[in-house]
Amino acid sequence: MKNKIINKETSATQVNEVFLYMDIKATIIDQMGLERTITRLAHEIIERNTGANNLVVVGMRTRGEFLAKRLHKKIKEIDDSTVSLGVLDVTLYRDDFRTRLKQPEVSVTDITFDINDRDVILVDDVLYTGRTTRAALDALMDLGRPATIQLCVLIDRGHRELPIRADFVGKNIPTSINEEIKLKISEVDGEDAVYLIDISKENKQEES
Amino acid sequence: MPLSSRHLLGLHGVPKEDIQLILDTATTFREVLDRPIKKVPTLQGKTIVNLFFESSTRTRISFELAQKRLSADTINFAKSGSSTGKGETFKDTVKNIEAMKVDMIVVRHESAGVPQFLTRISDANIINAGDGRHEHPTQALLDLYSIREKLKKIDGLKVCIVGDIGHSRVALSNIYGLLTMGAKVSVCGPPTMIPRSIESLGVEVHHDIDRAIRENDVLNVLRIQLEREAGSSIPTLREYHKYFGITRERLQQNEDILILHPGPINRGVELSSEVADGPFQIILNQVTNGVAVRMAVLYLLGTL
Repeated sequence: MKNKIINKETSATQVNEVFLYMDIKATIIDQMGLERTITRLAHEIIERNTGANNLVVVGMRTRGEFLAKRLHKKIKEIDDSTVSLGVLDVTLYRDDFRTRLKQPEVSVTDITFDINDRDVILVDDVLYTGRTTRAALDALMDLGRPATIQLCVLIDRGHRELPIRADFVGKNIPTSINEEIKLKISEVDGEDAVYLIDISKENKQEES
Repeated sequence: MPLSSRHLLGLHGVPKEDIQLILDTATTFREVLDRPIKKVPTLQGKTIVNLFFESSTRTRISFELAQKRLSADTINFAKSGSSTGKGETFKDTVKNIEAMKVDMIVVRHESAGVPQFLTRISDANIINAGDGRHEHPTQALLDLYSIREKLKKIDGLKVCIVGDIGHSRVALSNIYGLLTMGAKVSVCGPPTMIPRSIESLGVEVHHDIDRAIRENDVLNVLRIQLEREAGSSIPTLREYHKYFGITRERLQQNEDILILHPGPINRGVELSSEVADGPFQIILNQVTNGVAVRMAVLYLLGTL
């Protein structure tokens, strides 16, 4: 399934549209698949925490934010309890300020509730080197002292550079470093899907 | 995306996108200031020197807090107690400080143009914290941020800067910044305090404080700077207060006005005490926002 398509990419904070040629190798998860995966993750999270009473869901900007929203909705549907939802921006905690060419855009962390002694479900789209997760852990610790932090990712693509492991995984996809996982979510991209993309011919995009 | 310059010397000629980026970035840091741990590790390992050749409380503390909250290492230099008293030239002082490997220099000096000069003799990022009667860009940026926070926009607003325009670097930076962001700017004060040809910057000039209150959305009221011989421009402080002081009675002409003041306030001179503590002013918000805005500037220059 190797087809060149023109893809409109917009991020939540960026209004201008960047046209990107993507070399799609495979569709890993389609719309129905995403729905099913999120449902399963929600059940797993509630099961392992014996209920949702003490949970808070925190999504990492930008794609994790939308996944967290859906996961949060699903958890509430299943358990019928009040679970808080927050958004974490980890830009200020990154470790690559000195090595990057482009200055990262910072946006606001929106966690208005107390995370002390709560079980925090940290949500991100792709787990790769683990560096973004490390930054997120530091960022969360500065906001309080949670009882636990549990990492929930949609895709684990391997290539870890730090001793970090996800507690809940949508799908394990072994990848090569010339590939990239791209989550499309209807709120931003107009469709729900996860693609495996070949970036060997393009400028490699930065990813966490 | 990043700022177009690696220094912040003034707001003259700074493009709208840059100002917008600083204000947007400051929103992030404003949130950090409300956290239990008001510190992020972003500028870890960066060394910043605060070179203050002129006295300052607010700006120096604000910069120092901003630096500490970004985890930078800071060194403070004050003119008193330094080797400049032994006859060392300014250039030598700076060269020596730079030889100790610093990444950024925040400078305040009584002479205009010192920050500009520093960019020629140093490789560090230079931030102007006030140079003579020239510019004070971070003050203007925090004024812009505070106006935007309160009124949700800057474009199209009518803003009047009141007081000693001639002696004020806050006024000049505000004029540049406000005009760039699309505000309609006027200045109001005794004729002796308004520089000739200031209209050429694109501001309106008048001398009627009641008109200024009636016709504007925002008043940025400047301090009468007694240390800068403002006394020679006006007969007495009481007379200044009578004709240009903002009082509760005068404000009845416009109940929607927003009042800014860069501090420190001379109570009973440019603002009556009632107004200085009253519902129209956002003076202490300005101080809080100042830390966030300075964090934004330090972040944007320090990670460039």
